[in-house]
Amino acid sequence: MSSEMISNLYVFVLATFLGIEVIRRVSPLLHTPLMSLTNAISAIAVVGALVIAGRAETTLSTVLGSVAVAAAMVNVVGGYLITYRMVSMFKKRGVKKS
Amino acid sequence: MIYTILPPAYVAHLIHLAYLVSAACFILSLKWLSAVPTARRGVLIGVAGMALAVGGTLLDPTIEHYRYLAVAIVLGAMIGVPMALMPMTAVPQRTALSHAFGALAATLVGAAEYSLRLKSIDHFTMGALSLEVILGGLTITASLMAAGKLQEILPTRPMVFKNQNYVNLSVLGLALVIGGYLVFNPGAWLLFPVMVLLCLLFGVLLIMPIGGADMPTVLALLNSYAGLSASMMGFVLNNKLLIIAGALDGSSGLILSIIMCRAMNRSFSNVLFGAFGQVQVSAEAVEQKNYRSASAEEAADLLRTADSVVIVPGYGMAVAQAQHKVRELFDLLTKQGTKVTFAIHPVAGRMPGHMNVLLAEADIPYDNLLEMDDVNPEFPQTDVALVIGANDVTNPAARHDKSSPIYGMPILDVDKARTVMVIKRSMNPGFAGIDNELYYMDRTLMLFGDAKGFVGDLVKALPGD
Repeated sequence: MSSEMISNLYVFVLATFLGIEVIRRVSPLLHTPLMSLTNAISAIAVVGALVIAGRAETTLSTVLGSVAVAAAMVNVVGGYLITYRMVSMFKKRGVKKS
Repeated sequence: MIYTILPPAYVAHLIHLAYLVSAACFILSLKWLSAVPTARRGVLIGVAGMALAVGGTLLDPTIEHYRYLAVAIVLGAMIGVPMALMPMTAVPQRTALSHAFGALAATLVGAAEYSLRLKSIDHFTMGALSLEVILGGLTITASLMAAGKLQEILPTRPMVFKNQNYVNLSVLGLALVIGGYLVFNPGAWLLFPVMVLLCLLFGVLLIMPIGGADMPTVLALLNSYAGLSASMMGFVLNNKLLIIAGALDGSSGLILSIIMCRAMNRSFSNVLFGAFGQVQVSAEAVEQKNYRSASAEEAADLLRTADSVVIVPGYGMAVAQAQHKVRELFDLLTKQGTKVTFAIHPVAGRMPGHMNVLLAEADIPYDNLLEMDDVNPEFPQTDVALVIGANDVTNPAARHDKSSPIYGMPILDVDKARTVMVIKRSMNPGFAGIDNELYYMDRTLMLFGDAKGFVGDLVKALPGD
């Protein structure tokens, strides 16, 4: 294993612990938006897909990469949009929607 | 372009910086989502993080073919927008579908990377790639199956066959063995599609025995798998942003599934391999017990004189689309001075937090939605507990009947209220097929009818003369 891989492992372990701490604090009220938001965030896979599709090294990799870009973009666009829609629905008492 | 102005080494640094800021945005995004007042800001900074990441990536000098990218991005957005505009009742299906899309992206990138690098890949990277494809592959089909069951295209009852668990585990085991073999012999490329197919098959097999009541746990678990798959992709591509974002998603799914399991007093293995919900159609069903029923007018009389009412909504309310009628009832009761709160069980609905979103959509203020631990001490001082479409989460047998399959599950102490009203279609047992002793108590009134129709009748009868 190279030192690069070791540092990647460090990042993974620390990010997991950080994720657990941050997410434990999310109110159960918002668990559904939480799920759609994390789903949108993990659509970061689009970054890897963009590079593969954009380099267009072989036909196979270009096709697989392009489909992956489209699939990930579904979650980027759809995930953030529906999360925003959902969190906008939560209103406090007395604040009436016009 | 930018490379004529800046040397490539600077551009590479710029991309890394964009990724670093993007990772920070994602963490802030989740942090701000923890409470309603900051939640919108959380979504927006998440969007900013994603825009930075995509923008940074497009600076990469090795990306030369923007045409494919533009087509793919537009196509994805065109599917994504309608998926974001679905009604709130369909959010569980939508979430399952988006898990499938996320896992598909990770699996395809894994396959493409493998096809490009199989001659030069090292053991560690190949291990990460195998895991990426295994987790991604099984999540694709499992999520599609879950979406099918939630949409009721597929039968929602658990599908079981003989030796199911052995078959399932052998399929997964074989896929893992192939994945391990590929780590040391990455050149054996014929095995790669076999591994992918086995994982796709395992995904189908995994969800077959899962019933509707376990969907919240399974959705959370699939969320976790999709995230871990993306994280593994980060190891393959040596990209820390992917590792971080995937790990955040993975830990979120893990926490949610632990919460769901705890709320049902069950273990992971029990949810995945237990085929809950097709048990005991036992002799007890024959036994006749007495219960009291009441009309909408009689129930409205009781509600009119109540000082405090706790409404207990369950999935049945969502199925009957009764939440807007429930809001009208809430408004009427509040207007006459009655204190109305909602008791939300963690597994109410078909995904974590589903019931809160449905009630928020119906314009019910979120400070009236109470969690189980906060509302349970209130029940003994509550005049009327009105149960709408919830069943197992109100069954007192969970507290004392050791032979009950739901024994030990934390429940809402509805039975402690002065009067209990249950809106239900008939006396047929609920999803899990377990009879609810709540219905036979002296203080319980059964209100027979469709949830939406009956609440509508209550709303009509409540103003009185």
